[in-house]
Amino acid sequence: MTATVPAVPAHSPGSPDSPALISFRDTVKHFPGPDGGFTALGGIGLDVAEGEFTAIVGPSGCGKSTLLAIAAGLVEPTSGEVLLDGRPVSGPGPDRGVVFQQYALFPWLTVRANVEFGLRTARVPRAERRRRAQHYIDLVGLADFADALPKTLSGGMKQRCAIARAYAADPRILLMDEPFGALDSLTRSQLQEQLLQTWERERRTVLFVTHDVDEAVFLASRVIVMASRPGRIDRTVEIPLPYPRTRATRLTAEFTALRTELWQAVQRSEPTARPASEATQEN
Amino acid sequence: MPRTRPPAPPPAGGLSKTSAKPPAGPVRAAARRRWTVRLLGAVSVLTGLALWQLLAALGAGGVPGPGPVAARGAELVADGTLIADALASLRRVLTGFALGTAAAIPVGALMGWYPTARALFEPWVQFFRVIPPLAIIPLAIVLLGIDEAPKITVIFLAAFLSTVVPVFQGVIGVERTLIDAARVLGAGDPTIFVRVVVPATTPFLFAGARIGLGASWSTLVAAELIAAQKGLGYRMQQAQLYYDLETIFVGIVSIGLLGLLMDRLLMAAERRATAWQERRAA
Ligand SMILES: Nc1ncnc2c1ncn2[C@@H]1O[C@H](COP(=O)(O)OP(=O)(O)OP(=O)(O)O)[C@@H](O)[C@H]1O
Ligand SMILES: [Mg+2]
Repeated sequence: MTATVPAVPAHSPGSPDSPALISFRDTVKHFPGPDGGFTALGGIGLDVAEGEFTAIVGPSGCGKSTLLAIAAGLVEPTSGEVLLDGRPVSGPGPDRGVVFQQYALFPWLTVRANVEFGLRTARVPRAERRRRAQHYIDLVGLADFADALPKTLSGGMKQRCAIARAYAADPRILLMDEPFGALDSLTRSQLQEQLLQTWERERRTVLFVTHDVDEAVFLASRVIVMASRPGRIDRTVEIPLPYPRTRATRLTAEFTALRTELWQAVQRSEPTARPASEATQEN
Repeated sequence: MPRTRPPAPPPAGGLSKTSAKPPAGPVRAAARRRWTVRLLGAVSVLTGLALWQLLAALGAGGVPGPGPVAARGAELVADGTLIADALASLRRVLTGFALGTAAAIPVGALMGWYPTARALFEPWVQFFRVIPPLAIIPLAIVLLGIDEAPKITVIFLAAFLSTVVPVFQGVIGVERTLIDAARVLGAGDPTIFVRVVVPATTPFLFAGARIGLGASWSTLVAAELIAAQKGLGYRMQQAQLYYDLETIFVGIVSIGLLGLLMDRLLMAAERRATAWQERRAA
């Protein structure tokens, strides 16, 4: 991978006194193509502090997945850069864990072997590998399915396995791209609560992309609202609900008020009179 | 054709994910279906044999019936020729097939993984693919003599060419997200290759290998018909000279049965190696 273009003097919105774990500096992603190509991200500036739970919401096609893929090192920005702990990101690394929407479990490996995958590439000794994998398998409640193949798991179980796999590699930041998007609402809220419990215990930085306003308010302490064409940050909504949050949190008046506020922010970020066909586009 | 069974009714209470195990009904139904398939297979074979017997009894073209052919087969087994011929043929096929498949895996993988390798290999693969392996036999005999070498060479070619394309396509088709998932878990190219690309390509490899085995087998017999001192094809060639129809039939049946057996073995291996795949119920 080649070095990225030096950043234009940054105008990063994060507070200067809290050191950012990951920061986007004027990150641009342009996909070349006929008629000039497509600018998926037009200059993103964003700082995420260590231990923060940040959600990203925005209309379909506004570049959320692209943003995450750049942070993961899977996609190179056209210009600008992403700093992890002050050092530019080039390529993927075990310091950033990713949970994909479509689970992306290795279908030929058991749950345990999937969870151990990152530990094996890191050459963690066998006994230690076992122990750590087991810890996260237990944590996500898959102990009874440790030796099962993914094809025998339900969607929710697959995603729990994918989360365990990302955690086991011990990343400093978890990048999650609509991880619960494909699940029914009951399973989804269960997994949200589980994820939050894990986060409250370990305080590992999370950057969480979602379509779901409720989900963003319930999980995050800060929600980034994106707008499209070109993909950019429209505004930031703070969610001052105290942690630990539980099922009861969803029923409070503050929760409802914040949800309404965020909902309106998302509505405003979308161009008006959007054709219905575009509104239903999925990637 | 077996009548297709209506799908099992969905378990009651569609929402509850914690419902108990499904009743044994579907399992028993599946077992019954398996037996039906076997029974129909047996009926089909017996009918075929009966038709053959009928043709022979009618004296169509002097075709010998199953009885005389079986008797001739027993004779050939007793005097050792059939076993020796079959072993000679099997050795050639297995050697050529093993070498061809072994070469197809790295070449197909390289073609799928590196565009440069693809550009280098593809014209040759495509060119040789349209030449029937049999057309190579005269050349192979001139260049390599009438020993084992020319036969194994053409079988090697047949197996290689049938397997290399599916492997290459399998590697190209490996799901992007699986490779990404491995990369974000810290895997470099060699690890991704061994731990993601190879397993993901296994179903394609087996599909190719089964075609390759069929191609090897037919190429072998043709090669033996032209130049050999033993082997099933050679035996049939000799029998043709003496108008020995029974021996020709023994040869045909042996070739068919051995081919079927090898295919079944490969299928069993495939089923084990790709048990992780989600597939429609057979
Ligand atoms: N490889 C690519 N080549 C060209 N255009 C691309 C490519 N990847 C993404 N895009 C475009 O970039 C835009 C942003 O895509 P992205 O997947 O990041 O959107 P998203 O916000 O994640 O959408 P969704 O909510 O539907 O998942 C889209 O308009 C898409 O068409
Ligand atoms: Mg997306």
